[in-house]
Amino acid sequence: MSVNQTSFRSKWRALTDRTVTGLAVLATLLVIAPLVAIFVYLILKGASSLNLAFFTQVPKPVGEVGGGMANAVVGSAVLLAIASVIGVPIGIGGGIYLAEFGRGTKLANAVRFTADVLNGVPSIVMGLAAYSLIVLPQGHFSAFSGGVALGIMMIPTVCRTSEEMLLMVPNAIREAALGLGLPNWRAVLSITVKTASPGIITGCMLAFARVAGETAPLIFTALGNSFWSTSLNQPIAALPLQIYVYALSPYDDWHRLAWAGALVLIALIVLAVSLVRYVTSRGVLKGAS
Amino acid sequence: MGVGIEVASLNAWYGTNHTLQDITLNIPANHATALIGPSGCGKSTFVRCLNRMHETNPIARVTGTVRIGDLDIYSDAQPVEIRRRVGMVFQRPNPFPTMSIYDNVASGLKLNGYSNRRALDEIVERSLKNSALWDEVKDDLKSKSGASLSGGQQQRLCIARALAVDPEVLLMDEPASALDPVSTSKIEDLIFQLKSQYTIVIVTHNMQQAARVAEKTGFFLNGRMVEFDSTHKIFTNPSDKRTEDYITGRFG
Repeated sequence: MSVNQTSFRSKWRALTDRTVTGLAVLATLLVIAPLVAIFVYLILKGASSLNLAFFTQVPKPVGEVGGGMANAVVGSAVLLAIASVIGVPIGIGGGIYLAEFGRGTKLANAVRFTADVLNGVPSIVMGLAAYSLIVLPQGHFSAFSGGVALGIMMIPTVCRTSEEMLLMVPNAIREAALGLGLPNWRAVLSITVKTASPGIITGCMLAFARVAGETAPLIFTALGNSFWSTSLNQPIAALPLQIYVYALSPYDDWHRLAWAGALVLIALIVLAVSLVRYVTSRGVLKGAS
Repeated sequence: MGVGIEVASLNAWYGTNHTLQDITLNIPANHATALIGPSGCGKSTFVRCLNRMHETNPIARVTGTVRIGDLDIYSDAQPVEIRRRVGMVFQRPNPFPTMSIYDNVASGLKLNGYSNRRALDEIVERSLKNSALWDEVKDDLKSKSGASLSGGQQQRLCIARALAVDPEVLLMDEPASALDPVSTSKIEDLIFQLKSQYTIVIVTHNMQQAARVAEKTGFFLNGRMVEFDSTHKIFTNPSDKRTEDYITGRFG
């Protein structure tokens, strides 16, 4: 009897094991499915409209065939560069303060709370804030104001992920650094931050990818532009804005360009993220965790 | 060369917890001194007071005096300065995971602004030889991460890292407790060699280890130092009943 019972139990265990593994695989597939579906759909709809002109020409007036989104690609790059220059250093600096210097202080709690609230503020409100703070006083729309709106959106994400990543660095590493007679600031910058840097970079990339696709904050700030402009003081085109305008238009030609634009936007985000990962992973040592 | 350590009326707290009570002892220069006692008796806190690591915890507090050589570490100097003179090796090997073996050893000097490459090369080699790791790592000093080594090798790397800043005292907080027997005996051999050049204070749970490496042994219990004497006397003829109970395994 006991032998039978044992074999029944082990079969039951094997069955449970397979069921749970199967469920986990299913869940994984469900996670990937939307991404793959969107990508495939974008390729089907947009790839046929992609050509050299898309990357070299500015939009043609309504009725004329052809044209491209070169100005929007460059515009998005300009906006994201401004956003990163603002969002990355402030965000990482805030994260370092929260994790390393301000632990348990009132200021740190206030900063953490503010960052979380800021993270939940709808992106259109960010656009309105940048509109009233920069566009109204200046009297005109500008690339600069759009970059600032996106940059402010990056701060809370970068700040909180940096903090989380720094807190994951074991205390033993901090003690090792202090035990060598390093001043605290040096231990933080050269040891703790360096140890957490892969995670911090991931946080920056997440924030970057998120704002790269934002349309709402740009409506009142960067405005969009059908012509070439790289001036920070002028309205500038951006891929999400261009997609928005083209997709809502009644023209089939523009619809196709909007699909192509969406495909390019996603491809560029993937490219940018991969590039940063590649550059920052070069020179990594064998066996480093 | 090592220097002696004079501790007088040392008290330490974590919050309201009085973890060290009125410790007074003299640790001789260029010898190994072992601290034994059950978990939570304060011996780790004690060594952390000798390089002012104790106070890195915001709720920690210390009173009393500690003289290392001719320096009163709580009134004459900054913690940063003291920690360069008093190296520390921790219970769990903690090499810097993003750094190569070379950079781990050189880190204390490099990050303090020392940049003479040829001198650094020499110091790294000498430190790794002193920690008996050189032969195992000399071929991939700069290509392998410190974290890629085995646990025992990592601990010897941490010893090399501590030696590279040329301390006078080396504190070891249960340096072998996370290691296998072979690695443990390597660390013990190392302590034996190093004590001619450095004053070594080693916290250990392993009484045989204390007997093997140390000339002097202190027994701690509930935040107090019960007895401090030559290792031989502590293990063969202790004066205090509690010491005898502990070393014969009646508690702890």
